[in-house]
Amino acid sequence: MISFLKKINLKTESHVGDLIFFWILKFFALLFIFLFISMALVIFIKSWHAFSQFGFSFFVDTSWDSWRKELGALALIYGTVFSSLLALLLAVPISVAFALFLNEIAPRWLATCLGFLVEMLAAVPSIIYGMWGLFVLAPFLREKIQPVLSENLSYLPLFSGPYYGIGMMSAGIILAIMITPTISSLCKEVFKIIPVTNKEAVLTLGATRWEMFKTAILRGGSSGIMGAVFLGFGRAFGETMAVTMVIGNKVNLSASLFAPSQTMASILATQYAEADSKLHLSALTAVGFTLFVVSVFFNSASLFLIWRMKKKWRT
Amino acid sequence: MFLKYFLLVFFCLSFLPSCFFKKKEKELLINGAGASFPYILYSKWIKEYKKEKKDVKINYQSIGSGGGIRQFLSGTLDFGGTDIPVSSEEEKNQKKIVHIPTTLGAVAITYNLASLKNQTIKLTGELLADIFRGKVKYWNDSKIQEINREISFPSKKILLVYRADGSGTTSFFTEFLSLKSPVFLKEVGKGKSVPWPFGLGAKGNEGVMGLVRKLEGAISYIGLSYAISQNLPRVAIKNKDGFFVQPSLSSLQFTAMQALKDKEAYTESLIDKKGEESYPISGYTFFILSKLPEPKGSALLDFVKWSLTKGQKFSESLHFIPLPPPVRWEAIKKLSSLKN
Repeated sequence: MISFLKKINLKTESHVGDLIFFWILKFFALLFIFLFISMALVIFIKSWHAFSQFGFSFFVDTSWDSWRKELGALALIYGTVFSSLLALLLAVPISVAFALFLNEIAPRWLATCLGFLVEMLAAVPSIIYGMWGLFVLAPFLREKIQPVLSENLSYLPLFSGPYYGIGMMSAGIILAIMITPTISSLCKEVFKIIPVTNKEAVLTLGATRWEMFKTAILRGGSSGIMGAVFLGFGRAFGETMAVTMVIGNKVNLSASLFAPSQTMASILATQYAEADSKLHLSALTAVGFTLFVVSVFFNSASLFLIWRMKKKWRT
Repeated sequence: MFLKYFLLVFFCLSFLPSCFFKKKEKELLINGAGASFPYILYSKWIKEYKKEKKDVKINYQSIGSGGGIRQFLSGTLDFGGTDIPVSSEEEKNQKKIVHIPTTLGAVAITYNLASLKNQTIKLTGELLADIFRGKVKYWNDSKIQEINREISFPSKKILLVYRADGSGTTSFFTEFLSLKSPVFLKEVGKGKSVPWPFGLGAKGNEGVMGLVRKLEGAISYIGLSYAISQNLPRVAIKNKDGFFVQPSLSSLQFTAMQALKDKEAYTESLIDKKGEESYPISGYTFFILSKLPEPKGSALLDFVKWSLTKGQKFSESLHFIPLPPPVRWEAIKKLSSLKN
């Protein structure tokens, strides 16, 4: 924008209205950069107390104990990554398949309807998902699914231990439902970028429809799909309310899907208002800072991947 | 063109309401925040007080005791609310703080055992500590059975449900358990949020209640007013004099009176007090006040005084416990030190 305005050389043509408009826009654009940097800075300063106290061990210590002042984020990071990966595992195949179906197979009217419905999923407030998880999903898992899994597969660490319905499994499923619209709508955009000529070329070579999907769309759009996955991961990573309600809120390093756990976002939601001591508060802020950095990383990686793919197919 | 004039007129009109409202006399705004447990009671007080004093507007936000203390000490609030007295460590470089008790609270132990109907479970502090640190695992454990001979317990596993958010309720409860069992203090600790060895965490009293209701065999601790209003079963706990007491309005008032009789300051905890009817996990919740400049100072003092006198009669209908009169008098005496 700025370079464009410079090109038409505002100052010599000097239309006062344009000039004022230019500065107003510039001000707002810079304001966002300023907000972003100052936010990161403030969170970092507030978490400095904890970082200086614990050093790097903050990220490898598994206990979260405000009473004994042993505060480590590993179990929280583990819970966050585990639940997000679980969500991706469930959501990615469904989302990609769904996007393929809408773009390539479904008739136009059906695609519009379904596309609209899935986007609506993204508009549902997360606390509604949380309540649904608590009142419908968790009891269903406890009564119907988990007893079967526990009986037949309890030799796997993934399905060991007692089950309550609430825990890692319900958190993963709720997150998967929440990130499906994000991933599928982005995949839809990505698949649209791939030129029709590519698909036709593959088909004329005698490929079946499935082979066309595989070679032209999925392989051609792989970096775009990765971008969508990263964005979904970022969303699952930072999801707070719904996860807090169904994950069981126990700081815990357990491989079991039945076990209650805690994520970085959910511990902030539950403990920040009533932190015991300065150190506890600072450690929570440090968790927030970690969350901030990781989210920024995944979101920018996603933007970068999609940008790269667009560039590849547009030239 | 029309659009331009329309916007101009709209812009001018938007200032109109402020012209009218400015003529009204300025309201005195007093801001408070803190403990969430007495929030319903405080809201009622503020509403009723407003009917009497129209020119004073009082705000109270339920942000939690910790937040209340922090914001009060940093000077962003005119008064704070807390379940736990401000520690001398927090207070040290600050203005003089006065604690005014507003209502009594207690931690009730509740459970979900469908096979027990209208029978009161009795537990001792030591046994509770053993249950909550995961040593006693089943409801029909011989230690539990021994105290409750008339009850036949199912061989259900005990499932612990705890407050995942930092909370004064947890603080009171772990304080009591630590006092009764040094092993509990060593293994779990005490404070607003502690690392419970097993079980599930839920947010807030309502979250805890939701989980307990759903999970057969669950045991948890919950604010008394919540337990009363939701009609949850309450465990009778053995007090210092050896009596098993269920938390209730009368047992809490008895506890407070007993402490007063023993000439203890009300900022001391009410945990594990003597007396045959004393409920061992009780406590006050407080307003924290300090000297304020006029006219705010006297307006706030008037409200606090009102809440200690007329306000107390609203407590019971909201399932809160009114302070026994001698405690009110004591608190009103304390207020005079804040007069300018």
